[in-house]
Amino acid sequence: MREPPDFTAETDAQGAVTLALKGALLVSRIGAFDQRLREIAEPIAKIDLAGVSAIDTVGAWIVCRLSRQHDAQITGASAEAEKLIEAVSGPHDAEPITPPRPPAFIRVPEAVGALIVGIGSGSIQILGFMGAMLVSSWDIVRRPSHFRMTALVRQMELVGVNSLAIIGMMSFLVGIVIAQQGAVQLQQFGAQIYTVNLTGRLALRELGILMTSIMVAGRSGSAFAAQIGTMKLTEEIDAMRTIGVSPMQALVLPRVLASVLMLPLLGFYASIMAIIGGAVISWFTLDIPFLNFISRIRDVVPVTDLWVGLLKGPVFGMIVAVTGCYQGMQVSGNSEEVGLRTTMAVVQAIFMVIVLDAFFAVFFTKVGWI
Amino acid sequence: MNLLHHHHDGPAPQVGDEDDEDTPPIVITGLRNGFDGNIVHDGLDLTVKRGEIIGVVGGSGTGKSVLMRSIIGLQIPLAGDIEVLGESITDARDDSDIDIRSRWGVLFQGGALFSTLTVAENIQVPLKEFYKDIGPELLDEIARFKVTLSGLPEDAAAKYPSELSGGMRKRAGVARALALDPELLFLDEPTAGLDPISAAAFDNLIGELQATLKLTVFLITHDLDTLYAICDRVAVLADKKVIAVGTIPELLESKHPWIQEYFNGPRGRAANSSAQTKAVDKPIAEKA
Repeated sequence: MREPPDFTAETDAQGAVTLALKGALLVSRIGAFDQRLREIAEPIAKIDLAGVSAIDTVGAWIVCRLSRQHDAQITGASAEAEKLIEAVSGPHDAEPITPPRPPAFIRVPEAVGALIVGIGSGSIQILGFMGAMLVSSWDIVRRPSHFRMTALVRQMELVGVNSLAIIGMMSFLVGIVIAQQGAVQLQQFGAQIYTVNLTGRLALRELGILMTSIMVAGRSGSAFAAQIGTMKLTEEIDAMRTIGVSPMQALVLPRVLASVLMLPLLGFYASIMAIIGGAVISWFTLDIPFLNFISRIRDVVPVTDLWVGLLKGPVFGMIVAVTGCYQGMQVSGNSEEVGLRTTMAVVQAIFMVIVLDAFFAVFFTKVGWI
Repeated sequence: MNLLHHHHDGPAPQVGDEDDEDTPPIVITGLRNGFDGNIVHDGLDLTVKRGEIIGVVGGSGTGKSVLMRSIIGLQIPLAGDIEVLGESITDARDDSDIDIRSRWGVLFQGGALFSTLTVAENIQVPLKEFYKDIGPELLDEIARFKVTLSGLPEDAAAKYPSELSGGMRKRAGVARALALDPELLFLDEPTAGLDPISAAAFDNLIGELQATLKLTVFLITHDLDTLYAICDRVAVLADKKVIAVGTIPELLESKHPWIQEYFNGPRGRAANSSAQTKAVDKPIAEKA
């Protein structure tokens, strides 16, 4: 193998220093050598390359830099070394190679300001997006042949049918937790039979649809954002527009409609699974027979609870799908943006769902559906 | 300036380890590639000589990119042997071939720059990966001179790939491919999608870099002007193998219908005559 790079410094009678470089000035072994060269403080008059056995552009650059720094003359360079040194000695005005970064006292207020402006313009843009969606829907009402049935059915399968297993499992477990924890508390004053009220009402009114919305936001809302975002990056959306296919009609509407249709169904299914979970655990821990639990649900849960759950479904479905599609459509630039927008879609959807759920809770109580 | 480095004039280049100075950098024997029973290459042989620019041409779907991917180890062939810089790619599939990886650079068709890193950071990725002892100042200096070496303006170093034009992105890709001073440079359709002026400038860049850095260049192209301007030899892919390798005049003698159509079609003749015209004031196209 080649010997590692090294140098010797010789001072002649006039006190001029000649730096003799030796060995292989190759990128593979130059790191430590470069550090040593940087530590040389005294002026160098000549750089002798006669002992250099091999050189590449990095080696040539180091020689070039040394000679500039000390205004030193290069001697003994082979033809190859000369060619390389010439090639790398372009203009080097130490142009910054990292993007400019303002100081913290500017950056922080700037980021806060950008965030607030972003929230403002984001809300306006999402309103605009929903407006565009309504216009597209109206177009479909006028020309029903533009409606994409296949896409809708496909999305209904992806959003609804394919999530049955995970939502069922999750709701069943949530039902178990509510019934079990409720029973422990209610038992203290002998009211364990109210576990049925607790499980049934909570599942139908709140938890079924809420947990489902969160799951669909994570499963499908993110998928919408990532899919549409990637299509945006690869210019597929532009291609669609050029061909005359409206991305709104081809991509957004089927997804939104599928979510609006599937969420109430999934929410109802989730509530039923939660009640079954509660019934199963009550059978084991409270000795309430399974069928007694179920028949008691009919007596203690008012039918308005079912309506509350079912009415919230389409609204939550709309929020999840619109946020996902909107964020996907906002992607531009690079692949990092897809990830960022997908995260934003999920976080915003879940946040909006919970905010609206609180609003609904107050609203339905006020209208007397207690 | 003579942009061409001829493999046969002058001593062997001083790059790389002495032991494989005389062995050809790429030797492919009996390569067989296919996807789901659809055979792309069958019994393909090709030897690339040290210090040459070899152009690989072929119709769409003849597996030019697959050939390149096989050579750099991204595509596992069904059969055959590929030796790159004296080491077998087909045998070493894991990290043991990491040594060769530091000795080649690849420019993918779309540039394949890391979109979340600036051009300078893109260039530094291979350096940081292989040589951890290089200090931050030297890393920055290397990025800076590689940027100028690839013909980019200096302020391009701080930019993200999305802020660059297509031609600049290709140059940045070359800068990254050259980060480790490789002996072998793979280029996949470098001039595709560039306007004729940028394409000609890119051809010049490759020719100059090859002459200065004594690279061996494996170049896939559709661009007849590139072939005439900078390629020492051209390999023609057809019928699942390399049907001919040679200089363009040699290929013009071939009777194969595809080669005849390729070089003697309207575009081939136009590229040829423009190369002849250039030969008047530039020594570059002398042999073309």
